[in-house]
Parts: sequence; C-alpha cells; structure tokens
Amino acid sequence: MVRLDQLEESFATALRNMAYPEFDNRPWVEGPPLDRRRVAIISTAGLHRRDDSPFTIQTSPSEEWPSDYRVIPGNSAANDLVMSHISPQFDRTGFQQDWNVVFPLDRLRELAQAGVIGSMADFHYSFMGATDARLMEPSARRLASLLKQDQVNGVVLVPV
Amino acid sequence: MGVLAHYLEEEGIPTTQISLIREHTEKIKPPRALWVPFELGRPFGVPGDADWQTRVLRAVLELLEASSGPVLADFPDDTPAATDEPAALACPVNFPAPITDLNDMERLGEALQNEVRELRSWYDLAVTKSGRTTVGASGLDPQAIGTFVGAFLGGGIPASPQDDIPALAMFKLAVEDLKAYYSEAVAAQPGQKTATGTTLTNWFWRETAAGKVLFALQALWKTSDDRNTRFLARVLMVPRTYAADSPYVEASA
Repeated sequence: MVRLDQLEESFATALRNMAYPEFDNRPWVEGPPLDRRRVAIISTAGLHRRDDSPFTIQTSPSEEWPSDYRVIPGNSAANDLVMSHISPQFDRTGFQQDWNVVFPLDRLRELAQAGVIGSMADFHYSFMGATDARLMEPSARRLASLLKQDQVNGVVLVPV
Repeated sequence: MGVLAHYLEEEGIPTTQISLIREHTEKIKPPRALWVPFELGRPFGVPGDADWQTRVLRAVLELLEASSGPVLADFPDDTPAATDEPAALACPVNFPAPITDLNDMERLGEALQNEVRELRSWYDLAVTKSGRTTVGASGLDPQAIGTFVGAFLGGGIPASPQDDIPALAMFKLAVEDLKAYYSEAVAAQPGQKTATGTTLTNWFWRETAAGKVLFALQALWKTSDDRNTRFLARVLMVPRTYAADSPYVEASA
C-alpha cells in the first residue's frame, strides 16, 4: 500500500516536496463509449524495446535529463521490452515475473478482442518518470499529434 | 503522470490514469485517475494474475466515460497478502570472513565474479523456462556486466563498453541489469517460485556480494568531487529502505 506516511521517511519527504506546475485551466476531453474507443498505453516506467536506446542518467552538466519517449509497437511481446528507469526506489521483481503488472498490453489486447474497447492502438509509449514532468511537455505535445494520427481517443497513463 | 495527462488533454486527447501516490494526484488534479493501493513498481497489482490485472485495467478505462471531472476514484481492493513465503534464500558465495574493509576491494571483486558465475545456470534455466529476461538494458551479457561493475572497485572509471554511452551511465544500466539477473536466477532455484519481491530484494542487499559491491562503491563515491557521481551514489544506487544495511556506513563517515 502506498501512502506517503508508510514509505521510508526521507523518500516520503522527497516525494512530498516534489515540485509541480500550477495549471490555471482544467482541460476535459470527452469521447465515444468505451467500446468505440481506440486505446493506447503510455507508461513512465522507462520501458523500451531491447534494441532501442536506454534512458540514461546525467553524467555531465551539459546533458539533460531524458524527457523524450520510446515507441512500443502494439504487437510487442514480453521479451521485447526492458526497463531503464533510473530510480532504485521501486520494486522491479513484479515486472520481472510478468510485464503486465507494469505494462498490461496482453490485457488490453484481450479487452479489444472481447469488444470491451473498440481497438488497441498500433503504437504505445514510455517516458522515464524520474524526469521532471514539465520537461516532457514538448515531447508530450508532439506525441499527441502522433496519437491522433493513430486515431487514438483514449489514453491510459501508467506510472511505476 | 497527472502533468502528462494535462498536456495531452490540452491537445485534445482524452486520458485516464493509474495513481500510485494519492497525495500527488490530489494536488495535480488530472481529469481522470484511479488510485490503487499497490506497491510502487506494481501499478496493476499482482504478477501472473490476469483476472486481477483486467479488473484494474477495466476500472481505469471506465473512468473515460465519466460525465464530469476531475475524477479520482479508489480501487477497492489491496493485493492479497503473500501466504507462501519461501525458504530463506541461499547466498551463492560464502565469505570466509565478512568483507567490511574498503581497502579489501580486490577480494570483494573476486566474490562478485564468483557469484555471477555461480548463478549463471539458474539464470539460463529461468530464461529457458519463461522464454523471457528483463536483463538487457545495458546490452551486456551477465559475465560482462559483473566484470564491468567490478572494475569500478579499482578506484578509477573504466572505459565504457559502448561508445555512445558514458561509463557512469553504463554503470547504472549495468547495475539494474545485475539486480535483474540475480532476481531471475534465484527465483528459479528450488522452493523459490513464490518468493515475494521483498524476499528477493532483502536477499540481494543483505546477503550477496553484489549488494556489498554496490554499498562499497556508494561509500567511496558519496564524497566524490564530481556532482553527478555524488548524486549517483547518494540517490540512484541503493534503495533508501536498505541504506542502513551498508557494511561501509562507518567507513565512509
């Protein structure tokens, strides 16, 4: 169970003090019923295809934190993905046992086959969530047009 | 996560999300979120339980049909408590005496290489059985991972095995690969099929030479002149829950 007061104290303090942008609007986009939605998953677990570039830590002042994303095709299999999230603070053994506990592509496929959702997007994505989310804004806005090209009208965002 | 939702909705994409830390979601107020009471690293709760994962996924998807928001719903169930704790995990390498001296890094390095070799057949068995491994972000094979990580015990920064990734960034990738290698290998040993994440993680940090290598490097790098090396040592190497388990705490003080 994750309540801040149940985490190790210094980690909880770091999470409590995390900076967020203040938004002056509350965007709200609606869509068709679930069984007509085309759904993509976007994770922040630092996932990527085995042969794609990993997310890496900053090793010099000139480098920036990774704020870009990696593409995960909808026909990926469990062994195609690895994780290069930089934080040591979360459990990775669940992902080692079953990728669906982090990135439920098999479950989404089943829901599409059962007609619960309309269809599964051709492409899914992962960011690396240790980066300040404000730095991800340009990538996220570019990603929105790719999602539209893929006819996606429902995104499930999944932290780790 | 909620911040990404905001940007995507502004661009016209409907979003829903899992929330792991309720306090964050309450502050950011993304359009639709399902708080789940699961451990960090397990947003869909239970590995190997498709029905459970589907329940969570359906619950988060159904929020897309909410008529107004922001919506922050709670998933009603916590994961079942582990009832089948495995027997204590065996340390692959027996130390004749505990290595707690930062001047004895050569012996610690040898222990690491022995341990990586010892676990190899269990790892291979695990991969054959599951058809999958999560080792691979560094692009190195397990023996090369052990050799590369162990080379840092010499006090310098070894050359990166990949031209386009600096040595310290490769070190971090190799460390996570090393941890995955150990977990996957030991979970294949007799009686460990139901080992919990906590059991596996306790074992790595408290029992293995690999854990001691990381504690030793953390102690050596905590006071580095290089800001990024210090940050790596203080924040990115050892889970905060295990910081007190370092045998080198006094040595580095």
